[in-house]
Amino acid sequence: MSGTGGMPRHQQILFGCMVAFLAVAPFVIYPVFLMKVLCFALFACAFNLLVGFVGLLSFGHAMFFGGAAYVAAHGAKVWGLPFELAILAGTATSALLGLAVGALAIRRQGIYFSMITLALAQMIYFFALQAPFTGGEDGLQKVPRGKLLGMISLQNDLTLYFVVAAIFLAAFLAIYRIVHSPFGQVLKAIRENEPRAISLGYKADQYKLAAFVLSATLVGLAGSVKSIVFQLASLTDVHWTMSGEAVLMTLVGGMGTIFGPIAGAVVIITMQNYLAELGSWVTIVQGVVFVACVLAFRRGIVGEIARAIRKPL
Amino acid sequence: MPDIFGIPPQALFGQLLLGLINGSFYAMLSLGLAIIFGLLNIINFTHGAQYMMGAFTAWMLLNWLGISYWWSMLIVPVVVGTFGVLIERTMLRHLYKLDHLYGLLLTFGIALIVQGMYRDQFGSSGLPYRIPDALRGGTDLGFMYMPNYRGWVVAVSLVVCLTTWFVIEKTKLGAYLRAATENPPMVQAFGINVPRMVTLTYGFGVGLAAFSGVLAAPIYQVSPQMGADLIIVVFAVVVIGGMGSIMGSIVTGFGLGIIEGLTKVFYPEASATVIFVIMAIVLLLKPAGLFGRVR
Repeated sequence: MSGTGGMPRHQQILFGCMVAFLAVAPFVIYPVFLMKVLCFALFACAFNLLVGFVGLLSFGHAMFFGGAAYVAAHGAKVWGLPFELAILAGTATSALLGLAVGALAIRRQGIYFSMITLALAQMIYFFALQAPFTGGEDGLQKVPRGKLLGMISLQNDLTLYFVVAAIFLAAFLAIYRIVHSPFGQVLKAIRENEPRAISLGYKADQYKLAAFVLSATLVGLAGSVKSIVFQLASLTDVHWTMSGEAVLMTLVGGMGTIFGPIAGAVVIITMQNYLAELGSWVTIVQGVVFVACVLAFRRGIVGEIARAIRKPL
Repeated sequence: MPDIFGIPPQALFGQLLLGLINGSFYAMLSLGLAIIFGLLNIINFTHGAQYMMGAFTAWMLLNWLGISYWWSMLIVPVVVGTFGVLIERTMLRHLYKLDHLYGLLLTFGIALIVQGMYRDQFGSSGLPYRIPDALRGGTDLGFMYMPNYRGWVVAVSLVVCLTTWFVIEKTKLGAYLRAATENPPMVQAFGINVPRMVTLTYGFGVGLAAFSGVLAAPIYQVSPQMGADLIIVVFAVVVIGGMGSIMGSIVTGFGLGIIEGLTKVFYPEASATVIFVIMAIVLLLKPAGLFGRVR
């Protein structure tokens, strides 16, 4: 691998295809659906930053997604914040929450880490259920979309779509940069052999915490954008099933691949769309996909392709 | 009787009893998780779903076949435990050599399937389960009125927990189990069939969850979600206690149930989150858990 250098050719091509697709897609496909996919793709990519490149399986990322969604929605609706500031407020909240939760959770390894993040996310869920500003079971509805930079109205789905696509691409490149920076290389070293990384003089806990906060921040960005797009923040966003969906998307697409979570998000959101009227069967099918992936398809879609062409994707 | 800290004793003891009952379930479920984790190195995310299956199987036996609560206590753990054995034989077995995370992901997926199927079949609203006649009514203890069934639950779960502790810590079978937890290849070399032991251990852990489900059926509504939220609290209990010690799991389970009950009396707003707050504090002060060993 080229280490910390620029994007290799085949990844450049794939990225170019993705940009071209995003530019054309809204004229063919319903933009709100595309925005949903983009929000969840960003969610899964940010989650993958942690599980795929540091080896930390968080089962509580819904707290960052939903927490940011609530703050952004509350900011836009009650405080009348403009679009950018509402997103920023949500993202910053997630970053702070990530700092607190991460500092606690990295004190234990492996399976305990997953259980701790899950338990703390459940605490945030109960908080959201009881706190006065979240609207309880109703959630925060009719969140205004506002104007971009105070000038361009985002009421139009197509306009908002291009803003969301730009945010997504920027965040995607940021994740790419993080993963391929010297910092990212240390993260991978910790994933492969933590005691060895420590003996080489790296403060593993600080690296893990930094990765956790970065991941939480980007998930918060996804959650904030989602609440503005759908003009809704609700308990679904903070529930543990939401964490499970991020895990599922990443697993289906390919843990530890750059493009995998995007593919996973496309597959899972499309599936949910088609199965929506089947009710409980959505959960059952998701469970079956989980089991099938773990037993027979651990590399995920993009992981398998990358193996076939023998190049990292 | 005088008030205690400004709380009428009836309310205080009532909540304490509720806390003890919740604690009974925490103890039995975290015990099962700890035993499974000890030997399989897998966190059984399906545990909550298996507890729910236990309650539903008892409900089906009673309402469809007219089989009483007492028989259910025997039949249900075997039925659901067999389901566990099948899962271990067909799926979990292939994951032992991989990262622990895959076991968590697999059992999470199975939990989704099971919960989805029950929801599809029975809907989301809870179904009532009749308290068996022999345990109806209540007893006046002088300081409080205790519904008989609730006292029964606490007593039975104490017996189950202590028996499990006794078997694991004091018998030859338990010694094999503990040895296999420490060093499976060595125990295998002494001629003990470790894979079969692993299977049976998983089956036992699952059976314990199902048994808790039967006990829970007359108290809580029998519903597909009953295990999902409970299991997250049990995870927190397991983090607080550490999974190294059987007695530790039991003590932590009951203790946290009581603390939760007391929180309901003195500061009800925090009762849903108190266990998670305690988990955070324990992580700060003693990261390995109260009874845990650093591995």
